[in-house]
Amino acid sequence: MFLLVLAGFLVAAIAPGVERVTGRLAGVVLAAAPLTLFAMLLRRAELLEPGGRIEAGGAIRETLHWAPQLGAQLSFRLDGLSLLFALLITGIGGLITLYAGSYLQGHPARGRFFAWLMVFMASMLGLVLADNVISLIVFWELTSISSYFLIGFDHAREAARRAALQALLTTSAGGLAMLAGLVVMAVAGGSWEISELLEQGETLRGHSLYPAMLLLILAGCFTKSAQFPFHYWLPNAMEAPTPVSAYLHSSTMVKAGIYLMARLSPALGGTQLWFAILAIVGGATMVIGAYLAIRQTYLKRILAYSTISALGVLTFLLGLGAAGGEAAAGGAAPVETEIAVYAAQAFTVFLLAHAFYKATLFLIAGSVTHAAGTADVRRLGGLAKAMPLTALAAGLAAFSMAGFPPSFGFLSKELLLEATLKQPSLAILTTAAALLGGILFIVVSGLVAFGPFFGRRQTESPPADASSPTEASPHEVSFPMWIGPLLLGGAGLVCGVLPHGIGEHVVAPAVTAVLGADQLVPIELALWHGFNLPLLLSTIAILTGVGLYVLHPQVSRLLQSGDAAHRFGPEAWYHGGLEGLLAVARWQTGLLQNGSLRAYLRTVLLTAIGLLGWTLLRVDSLPLGIGPWPEKPEEWFYANSYRLAVAGMILLGAVGAVHSGSRLTAIASLGVVGYGVALIYALYGAPDLAMTQFVVETLTVLLFVFVFYYLPNSPRQSTPAHRLRDLLIAVAAGAVMSLLVLVAARVQIDGRISGYFAANSVDVGHGRNVVNVILVDFRALDTLGEITVLAVSALGVLALLKLRPRREKLS
Amino acid sequence: MNWLLTLPILLPMLVASGMMLLRRRPMAQRLVSVLGMLGLLATAITLLVTVYRDGVLAIQLGGYAAPYGISLVADLLAAIMVLLAAMKGTAVVIYSTVSIDAEREAYGYHPLLHVLLMGVCGAFLTGDLFNLYVFFEVLLMSSFVLLTLGGERGQVEGAIKYVTLNLISSALFLAGAGILYGVTGTLNMADLAIKLPAAGQPQVANMLAMIFLLAFGIKAAIFPLFFWLPASYHTAPAAISAIFAGLLTKVGVYALLRVFTLVFVHDIGFTHGLILMLAGFTMVTGVLGAAVQSEFRRILSFHIISQIGYMLMGLGLMVVLAWSDTEATRAAVTMGLGATVFYIAHHIVVKTNLFLVSGVVERLQGTGRLDSLGGFYASRPVFSLLFLVPALSLAGIPPLSGFWAKLALVQAGLRLEQYGIVAIALAVGVLTLFSMTKIWAAVFWAPDPAERPASEERPASEERLSKEKGLAMMIGPIAGLAGITLLIGLAAGPIFEVAMQSGVQLLNPQIYIDAVHPVVSE
Repeated sequence: MFLLVLAGFLVAAIAPGVERVTGRLAGVVLAAAPLTLFAMLLRRAELLEPGGRIEAGGAIRETLHWAPQLGAQLSFRLDGLSLLFALLITGIGGLITLYAGSYLQGHPARGRFFAWLMVFMASMLGLVLADNVISLIVFWELTSISSYFLIGFDHAREAARRAALQALLTTSAGGLAMLAGLVVMAVAGGSWEISELLEQGETLRGHSLYPAMLLLILAGCFTKSAQFPFHYWLPNAMEAPTPVSAYLHSSTMVKAGIYLMARLSPALGGTQLWFAILAIVGGATMVIGAYLAIRQTYLKRILAYSTISALGVLTFLLGLGAAGGEAAAGGAAPVETEIAVYAAQAFTVFLLAHAFYKATLFLIAGSVTHAAGTADVRRLGGLAKAMPLTALAAGLAAFSMAGFPPSFGFLSKELLLEATLKQPSLAILTTAAALLGGILFIVVSGLVAFGPFFGRRQTESPPADASSPTEASPHEVSFPMWIGPLLLGGAGLVCGVLPHGIGEHVVAPAVTAVLGADQLVPIELALWHGFNLPLLLSTIAILTGVGLYVLHPQVSRLLQSGDAAHRFGPEAWYHGGLEGLLAVARWQTGLLQNGSLRAYLRTVLLTAIGLLGWTLLRVDSLPLGIGPWPEKPEEWFYANSYRLAVAGMILLGAVGAVHSGSRLTAIASLGVVGYGVALIYALYGAPDLAMTQFVVETLTVLLFVFVFYYLPNSPRQSTPAHRLRDLLIAVAAGAVMSLLVLVAARVQIDGRISGYFAANSVDVGHGRNVVNVILVDFRALDTLGEITVLAVSALGVLALLKLRPRREKLS
Repeated sequence: MNWLLTLPILLPMLVASGMMLLRRRPMAQRLVSVLGMLGLLATAITLLVTVYRDGVLAIQLGGYAAPYGISLVADLLAAIMVLLAAMKGTAVVIYSTVSIDAEREAYGYHPLLHVLLMGVCGAFLTGDLFNLYVFFEVLLMSSFVLLTLGGERGQVEGAIKYVTLNLISSALFLAGAGILYGVTGTLNMADLAIKLPAAGQPQVANMLAMIFLLAFGIKAAIFPLFFWLPASYHTAPAAISAIFAGLLTKVGVYALLRVFTLVFVHDIGFTHGLILMLAGFTMVTGVLGAAVQSEFRRILSFHIISQIGYMLMGLGLMVVLAWSDTEATRAAVTMGLGATVFYIAHHIVVKTNLFLVSGVVERLQGTGRLDSLGGFYASRPVFSLLFLVPALSLAGIPPLSGFWAKLALVQAGLRLEQYGIVAIALAVGVLTLFSMTKIWAAVFWAPDPAERPASEERPASEERLSKEKGLAMMIGPIAGLAGITLLIGLAAGPIFEVAMQSGVQLLNPQIYIDAVHPVVSE
């Protein structure tokens, strides 16, 4: 399986080259890659072969080492659920590639498009096959990134760039939350392999961090799968070319979150929390998405909102059905088991049905826009004559979406109603939500698939987006563009009429995986369940839905008027959040990095004072390295008068340096400070140091005098208040430093290295001046470094003097 | 083999002095410069392999036993840092052969670069606190001169802020070293690790820890001491800011890692708790600063700060040892320290590369302002991909190096139940992605604004040609570093293993002390 995923990435790498070489046939040639993967998956899964493990509810697993210290392994596992997704990804991927080859014919960046499409396909395949938590995250993020590049494919347009960014930020914020959740789960469950974690359901659900891990993981799933209130990015993602919308944003990537919830439901599902969150969020998404869909008038946006609604249905079903892995195994009450099985069946069947019809409808929307030059449903109608094959595909897809018998969609709706009706609590509410969703779906399918082909144009006025001249003469699209929709649309019908085969080979293993059962859960899919409550409800829904569709022009106008939801809806939160964040960032950066060196110095010094002062305060008693107060102060004073004089001299020098308005006075005052320090050296028995200091000070002052002679006096720039503030900071800094030295001076331990230098200077270092021997022998590397510093300084002075910017030299 | 330790210091110094003689011969200078860097790279690789195989290496210079002379020590951390420095030095020096103008070369660009590397390598390898100060001075002075080289107004202004704030750091460092010597009577770090606890003065030790936190914190550009960095990095030519971006702050981080795992580990609950807190603030302020910038290199500069926070996070997580010293805690703390080392490695490669990319962009379109740039994805798709690798890696997108770095930190943080810092680290990740996509959208996706109006203002064809000339020498190193980023990501296992080993050494300072083996002084 690793090789299958790797192959996908390799195809991505060569896709631009292949596109260039094959020209017109690029779509056909490149479509061979996903279709080959599709075939290889079938072989690997031993589907339809006698004794196939997956069909029997088992799994195939393989592992490669990656970064085991971090729990990352390239381990892959193929079971019913991942097979179902993998087949959708590669199968639809092939048809999409074929379609895109013609759709983007002549586009200069078609090669790059294919590359990103293949990167996405391989990542998505990796995502659903991964058994390792970290690998899953890796592929998950890769799908977000490839989605970013595909949404922004038409990158010269700002709208495309914004939509791409919005989708990326939303999904990766969720993705990072999910990362945290998954790591917590892995640590709690003691394994990085999903298949092993699924065995730990009991431990995980009982863990104190269970709510945290669940919420974090769901944050990732909900953002990725466009659940309310994170759904806003998906309609905007329609900026992408149509094949991308059909592939990523309806049939595969947006189902990654659904996949993960289904995958983890045996471990995390079945709790009150799980049920509450998934049923509420899923139900809300289902209804709100469908409602928003019928407000739209542009094909792709209608489809986008209906996709959101469908994703809500899937989440809703996972919420209803997650009676836990034990349910199917027989641990729970029979009713719960039955609901779980129904919900899992409904989930799987709806997933498939939706993938078939939604990809079809998107592709058709692309074809219609391509052929008729507008995407406004009010300006479309009667295209069936000009585009018979596309119309046929549209009809099939619409049938399935609306849930008319004998389509696959009908079957899924029946199962959905069975699951809601069997709920022990809230049956009426959940059924009502499901019904409402179903009714709105009928309207949507009428809008996007019936109206444009079989209906009449509602308006004859020229469209606002009349950019294409082809509107006058709609025509059938080329083979690569109708074959995909037709096959997918047909699949919806075939699976509906003959549900047995797909039920046995594909749905049953997937249901088994969703339920986390050890043995295959037998499934009997049938179109006809007899006259029962679901059928009655379906009939009511169909009649209401058709009625609503007929009245749609009026309904739509009515809905358009209430626009408040848009202004205060979740998308406004996204923009507000981003703007707010940037405002905070601006404020903070203006405050901190304000460009003034004085402010920087002030902050640094205040930090130093704060940290050191705080540490000083934490000390219980402040033992200073000074003796007791002298008994006879006068005597002490006389004995130390020369020391005090030196101290006073240094202080005066310091004050003078700061206070003086002239540079020359200031530097002379600094010289006084330096001489004072030299005197201290002399007083405390370091005459050599004192000599050095005298020389250095003299030289420095002289040099500064030479330099400053040429500079004008600088006027005072600070107000008295500022000077007072600076004075306080300076005094505080000095005080803290002095205290520190006094505290430290008290502590001295034995074993100082200075004794060694004195003892070995002559014998080992062959020199009588200990300081010299230290400098050139014991610690010669220091001196080497300092010499280098000097050399570099010289170079710097030279460069500063001689190397001027060109324009200054000219003037 | 321990003479090997002196080479990363001596080699750049000799190369630099040799090049001083070649001032009027730019071609010869470039050749020597590149060869010298390659030599350093080979040395660094040998050093890392040796240390990984044989354990911590130490040499006592002049044959004076520690703590009397100066020790050079290479544990895994130091050896990794030297290798990273050599790697980026090589990339930048090749890039510089075409991107640095002849005048800057004549005034010592190449020797300065090598002196800078000498200072950096010396700082990584020295086992002596005062010697560390000396190497800090070497790299401070050479970086200051590099920053002013060219004497443009913006450069000098930035350089003054740079040097003033860094001198405060130096003053604090010197004061700290002096007081520390006054208390313990030694400057050898291994010896300090023994004698400071023996002094039995945890409170004095805490104050010293604060001084070093401040001194190295300024160097490392942590919150709220980072001002010099965004004020200066963008002013110099791209090659210079690239070498600064990867190395200077990392020397500060290295020094923090060194002293806060070896010397100041007596009151972890206080010191490392503080570091963890500062790490969080550093991440946030840095990334927010970047979010509002509108110039390529300014965005990158602020991101350096943010990433420093991540590096410190691994160190700060040691705080948990203050209340829980179990096997599991130590394992997670080791992972955190390993993550820090991994993060540094990832960051140096990626950040250097992004600055190098910005240099190419500025050369081709003459500005770094995002609103005046555009069109690179359409015109140069391969170059655009070369930007994407480090940019997405910085944002932590898998399977690139940054993802593993962040993952390891997050894992360590979650295992140690430090949820706050993990939440910050993840949120900052989103904002990093925001910044990188901002650059991508403006520079690569958006159409070139110069092409929208009438094409009169397009540069003449000769000028275009001169801009294109030698571009391969600039893109080559970019491709090389992007390759390394990919390699770190794909071979995360073995590389993280080295980082983890380094984490083990950091958490067990006795390994370092034993290697230096200070004699018991009387």
